[in-house]
Amino acid sequence: MLKARILGAALASTMLTTAAWAGELVINTDTSDPAPKAAFEALIAGFEAENPDVTVKWNLFDHEGYKTSIRNFLTADAPDLANWYAGNRMLPYVNAGLFEPVDDVWEENGLNESLASAKGSMTIDGKIWGVPYTYYQWGVYYRKDIFEANNIAVPTNWDEFKAAGMALKDAGVTPITIGTKYLWTAGGVFDYLNLRTNGYDFHMALGKGEVSWTDDRVKATFANWKELLDAGFFIDNHAAYSWQEALAPMVQGDAAMYVMGNFAVAPLREAGLSDDQLGFFQFPVINPDVPLAEEAPTDTIHIPANAKNKEDAKKFLAYLARADVQSQINETLGQLPINNASTVGDDKFLQAGYEMLSSTDGGIAQFFDRDYPAEMAKAGMEGFQEFMVKPERMDKILERLEKVRMRVYK
Amino acid sequence: MTALPDTSATNKSWWKQNQQRLAPWLFLAPGIFMFAIYVIIPIFQSINISFYAWDGLGEAEWVGAENYVELMDDEAFYTSLKNNVLWLILYMLAIPAGLFVALFLNQTVRGIRIYKSLFFFPFVISQVVVGLVFAWFYDPTNGLMNIILGWFGAGPIAVLADEDYVTYGIIAAGLWPQTAYCMILYLTGLNAVDPEQIEAARLDNAKGAKLLWYVILPQLRPATFIAVVVTVIGALRSFDLISIMTDGGPWGSSRVLAFYMYEQAFSEYGFRMGYGAAIAVVLFLIMMVYIAGFLWKMYRDETGR
Repeated sequence: MLKARILGAALASTMLTTAAWAGELVINTDTSDPAPKAAFEALIAGFEAENPDVTVKWNLFDHEGYKTSIRNFLTADAPDLANWYAGNRMLPYVNAGLFEPVDDVWEENGLNESLASAKGSMTIDGKIWGVPYTYYQWGVYYRKDIFEANNIAVPTNWDEFKAAGMALKDAGVTPITIGTKYLWTAGGVFDYLNLRTNGYDFHMALGKGEVSWTDDRVKATFANWKELLDAGFFIDNHAAYSWQEALAPMVQGDAAMYVMGNFAVAPLREAGLSDDQLGFFQFPVINPDVPLAEEAPTDTIHIPANAKNKEDAKKFLAYLARADVQSQINETLGQLPINNASTVGDDKFLQAGYEMLSSTDGGIAQFFDRDYPAEMAKAGMEGFQEFMVKPERMDKILERLEKVRMRVYK
Repeated sequence: MTALPDTSATNKSWWKQNQQRLAPWLFLAPGIFMFAIYVIIPIFQSINISFYAWDGLGEAEWVGAENYVELMDDEAFYTSLKNNVLWLILYMLAIPAGLFVALFLNQTVRGIRIYKSLFFFPFVISQVVVGLVFAWFYDPTNGLMNIILGWFGAGPIAVLADEDYVTYGIIAAGLWPQTAYCMILYLTGLNAVDPEQIEAARLDNAKGAKLLWYVILPQLRPATFIAVVVTVIGALRSFDLISIMTDGGPWGSSRVLAFYMYEQAFSEYGFRMGYGAAIAVVLFLIMMVYIAGFLWKMYRDETGR
């Protein structure tokens, strides 16, 4: 089907005498999971239908392999467009001059208004480096039926949260499941604990290297975390599991909560949990003086600096930023559109996330490994994993992170 | 008439005169060229990069020996180094294990070829599959190992999530295919053992361990040499098992130098080509000790000791 369309577009473009040669647009993405793949197929087909003189050549990469191959293709054989992530995650490529600023696309298409919510995370050195097309909320996914069976209300503050956990433990259910084998899941827990204990500004200052890791405020975050660890809130042996493997205890009813992104809903549903059993709540308040900030990673598309067909690439970005296009692809992705005129799918988790994020006034964080530079993120997440198993080593871990900070930000 | 050979000698082209000396070099040239491009030059490039701070994308900045200074003060480096030593020592167990399996299988029983191929099987399957199989075996909730431990009332041990056990757990997984490899080497070696010598030894009333030690093992020397070589190489390339089973974790306690180098330079969060290169240089120096020993032995053997 797609092939036929590409062929059709190619034929159309050769027949057009005004186009001197067929504009070929090369797109590299890592959207190889079923839903993202379908979303991109539709996106590209839609773009080609509106721009018959452009032929899209789409290279689909494996999700993990993409993270290393992007370095090679940006320098050696650049496509015209590539997907990546907002925030500090794109910083190495921006600094190396491998991404093209796209302020003009934003200017000409009124994106400064329609995509305003994501502008901050797309801006580095006063320039805008890509177009965001989707984001999703993080929070606590929980087993509604288990909560109800034990008469536990949805917790809204720290004391209620701890009480809920104790009640679950009394019922023989581990409160929180997590799989830290690949580290990043622990980053999500740290983000929320730090955002709720010290707030968004502090969290970002720590990410920029402006605050010491041995600061008392960081220790306060870890002290809150330690309360949960000492009470045995997390499943045993989490360092042996990936995030998918850690879904199993929740599906089986051995664990009741998961601090996760919205992408966890699809596998939980596939494993047989109905919407009556599965619920979502905002991470509870810890410090009432801190405005609530949320975690919502944004996925983006960029033009590499070495791209050959930047003109059509900009057309594609403008198309991607449109309200109707974003509504459509996010419907398929099961995520939230960035464009403020787009419509949000009527899935209950999407609606809950949309409602939570549109009323957030404390700031939107990307994710630990997108807000913090790569080396700091790696060392940090490794430290979090160690801390979750050996909380008594807190001081040693924080000193080590401080050493990394001194090196990374100099 | 006597001057004739002289003139023909001077008429000979330069090529004809030097053919004998040049031919070997011409035949070696493609090999030398490839070896230089893919092995020798990259070694010097790595050494060069290790003196820079470079993210692999932008400009490299000369930092002198700073990467090495940092390495000396890096806990993760010492953990990796310690694990490398553990790998090198414990992996050697594959050699005696392989020898005993080979001795056990070296008989003429009906269907012995099938048993031999079954024992060889783990070496044929990919390291990735070996890693997955053992990861499931160690799984703390449903793994076979913990089910068996449960029968004896021992609590579940999450081998791959415990900083003290994890390296041993991965080495055990690696020994499985490596033992099979050593076994095959010894099986072929045993075919070449001289039956007359064994008969003579038996007539002199030698048996059991003494027969093995004094009569058979000396004849297996070439096999042992190759077994040591491939086992050392295997220990140093333990990368794939670690990547599959633990990804270096928990908190980096199962890393070896090769894995740490990869993490620093090429992985998702690794943008430190210079630091990675410095780790690679240290690894190279460690291997140099072994390579030098190997070359020395080769040299002695060639020149007839």
